[in-house]
Amino acid sequence: MDITEFYDTFFEEADELLAEMESHLLELDVDNPDVERLNAIFRAAHSIKGGAGTFGFEALQRTTHLLENLLDYTRRGELALRRDIVDTFLEAKDMLNDQLDAYRQGGEPDPEALERICETLRRLALEELGEDAGADVAGAAPSTPASPEPPADQAPQAAEPAGGEAAPGGGARFQVTLIGVADKDRNLLIEELAQLGDIEDQQADGERHRVVLTSSLSGDDIEAVMCFIAEPEQLEVRSLAAAGPAADSDSKPAPAAEVQAQAAPAPATAKPAAPAKAEPAAKSGDGAKKGGESTSIRVPVSKVDQIINLVGELIITQSMLNQVAEDSETVNDGALVTGLNLLQRTARDLQEAVMSVRMVPMDYVFSRFPRLVRDLAGKLDKDVELVTEGKSTELDKGLTERIIDPLTHLVRNSLDHGIETPDRREAAGKPRTGRLTLSAQHQGGNILIEVIDDGGGLNREKILEKARYNGLAVSDSMSDDEVWQLIFAPGFSTAEAVSDVSGRGVGMDVVKRNIQAMGGHVEILSTPGQGTTTRIVLPLTLAILDGMSIKVGREMFILPVSAVIESLQPRADDLYSVAGGDVLLKVREDYLPVVAVHHALDVADAITDPTRAIVVIVQGEGRRYALLVDELVGQQQVVVKNLETNYRKVPGVSAATILGDGSVALILDVADMHRLGQSKKENPVFGAPTRARPVEEVEPS
Amino acid sequence: MSHATALQTAAAVEAGSQEFLVFSLGDEEYAIDILKVQEIRGYENVTRIANAPDFIKGVANLRGVIVPIVDLRIKFRLERADYDDQTVVIVVNIADRVVGIVVDRVSDVMTLTAEQRKPAPEFGLSLPLDYISGLGNLDERMLVLVDIEKMLTSEEMALVEEAGE
Repeated sequence: MDITEFYDTFFEEADELLAEMESHLLELDVDNPDVERLNAIFRAAHSIKGGAGTFGFEALQRTTHLLENLLDYTRRGELALRRDIVDTFLEAKDMLNDQLDAYRQGGEPDPEALERICETLRRLALEELGEDAGADVAGAAPSTPASPEPPADQAPQAAEPAGGEAAPGGGARFQVTLIGVADKDRNLLIEELAQLGDIEDQQADGERHRVVLTSSLSGDDIEAVMCFIAEPEQLEVRSLAAAGPAADSDSKPAPAAEVQAQAAPAPATAKPAAPAKAEPAAKSGDGAKKGGESTSIRVPVSKVDQIINLVGELIITQSMLNQVAEDSETVNDGALVTGLNLLQRTARDLQEAVMSVRMVPMDYVFSRFPRLVRDLAGKLDKDVELVTEGKSTELDKGLTERIIDPLTHLVRNSLDHGIETPDRREAAGKPRTGRLTLSAQHQGGNILIEVIDDGGGLNREKILEKARYNGLAVSDSMSDDEVWQLIFAPGFSTAEAVSDVSGRGVGMDVVKRNIQAMGGHVEILSTPGQGTTTRIVLPLTLAILDGMSIKVGREMFILPVSAVIESLQPRADDLYSVAGGDVLLKVREDYLPVVAVHHALDVADAITDPTRAIVVIVQGEGRRYALLVDELVGQQQVVVKNLETNYRKVPGVSAATILGDGSVALILDVADMHRLGQSKKENPVFGAPTRARPVEEVEPS
Repeated sequence: MSHATALQTAAAVEAGSQEFLVFSLGDEEYAIDILKVQEIRGYENVTRIANAPDFIKGVANLRGVIVPIVDLRIKFRLERADYDDQTVVIVVNIADRVVGIVVDRVSDVMTLTAEQRKPAPEFGLSLPLDYISGLGNLDERMLVLVDIEKMLTSEEMALVEEAGE
């Protein structure tokens, strides 16, 4: 089998491991690091190294190797963590990402960048780990419970990387220790070793058998060869400071035994003597592949989508059948009805089950923000604490990918313009550390995502000023909500215009457009001096929609139930016509503009007299208005079909669906309908020009 | 429809000859490359799309796929655009899209050799010259060969979103 088939699996795993590594690095408490966390970071690096070795990604292997060595010191407490060390680790992690990308695209990573990061890591090792540390390392090395302490005689080598390249060509000296290997296997192993290089010396010491070997191979290679015969925990390979400075094996010794214990890829022939499985960490390593397969499988999204489409068709066919059965007088067959009901239930369950496959927790999105916040806060000299809530909230995979960019933008804005500098915060009587909260929660059929900062809030005057400058129609009497909406206007951008205190809006129009394209909307709440909350409401999935079918004239439309607040039959007394052709409907205390569907969409034979029609109060883009329709037909889940696949975007319509009778119904875009109503305002809405209030009855055309 | 399947010359098309689906708009006969044709179906269940040009009749459900339906007779201002049981929709596959075009009648599948294909005349046709790739001469009949892909992806058809949005 071609090994390249596994590339994708490796890349995906490596991506996950790197993400995991990053999140652990970010959560590390520098002064009091959690050992488990350090172990996890180490394991991630090690697993990537293993995979990189298998697939021959040398640059990746080399970088992870150096990183792994350092991490190994760290987790054993030899290397005291500092913020800048964590920074270096993060930098190395980024480099690994880059390398991975390069390999993924079939290329080779940038050699200069590789040298740079290797040099950085080596220097760090050199600076931080003196002779003493090195000696300690050797002494404390085996944390595997079963392996007794190896002699410290080769300790100083760890401290002798002495800069420069690892020069495997010259023939490095290694001490290979076989622990508790049966005689037969030991001989085999020694034979193998003799093939690999020159055996200089051998000595047995109880269970342990030491071999000093000069070889042109790297310690890893030697290990790899021997793993075919012995259990990894039975082996220790350490390089001796002799030929060549061997920078790449400076800290190699210790992890060898222990780490291999986790990886355990060897087809074992010898009975393992060391119960290394006691090590709690024994679960991961290269075993991620094996372990992963037992509980989950990786499936391309396209396959899942295909299933979802087919299930959609099934649902449509099923409702078609139901309708036929209902319409048909002759069908009185109990068994048929029962069967159809059963089919309906099963089809719905199937649909739900399939949809859930696409769902991923918001953690997938949130997990990339700690790093961003950390880096950005550092750059801006601000103290910011990031809080994430509702990480387990699930969202359609397609949406999570598309929400990342807008969220990144909002987080940047909050840090850049929202949260003040520590001094300023202190002066304002707030804690020096700003707080940025990312939260996600389900709300009906939607997910509500909030970006909350406790910064200075938006500056109403400056926004108005800028809006006037931009030629937008504004007035001082506008409500705050309306003012905040202004920053979503295209071109309403640049921080310098709205000052560094509260100005945001760098590309906020793009944010808004992206979110609308996902069928969601975004709104802003802001209190001067206390911060800003940006609230994004998204549907959970784009594939299915809870729809309310409405009838206008002879045409059927679908309204997203999530946008519907209530419906009612307006009374003439509650309708007011205002200048500009608008009609307002008084609903309790509010006056809502009325948009007639038949007018916006030119539907013939519709009921034009509002008092004989129905209004549906809807909310779109934070704006409430009344939609005038003829009739409410019912509520049903519909499969969303893109209109743009074969056609184009239609104003006022977000998508289409197929009804039970096989015909197509358009799904109305509530926010866009309002705009459509506005743009058609030059024509009077209700047939006849409206006079003063209240609206006169107009006969249906 | 039965014509479409009654394909006598399906196999062994000699070099230079090409198969066309022949349909009529009013009194004129037109032909399009048969390889672009996905299927032929009746005109039914078309959902109107508001604020679209009049020749875009709406969208229809083609086994779960939403397909726009264009009436060429309206687009090219033919005298009559009636919908009866003769009216058919030719579903074509162009530029990765599926589009239905309404025509008066589908009559035949024809094989035209290179000699039978002549350059387009300069005037006298209902369809703009831009979309006409030539004329087909078949005994007494004259077929207007239409470049359906070019026509349907053209800006005036308003079927495809303008590039660079």
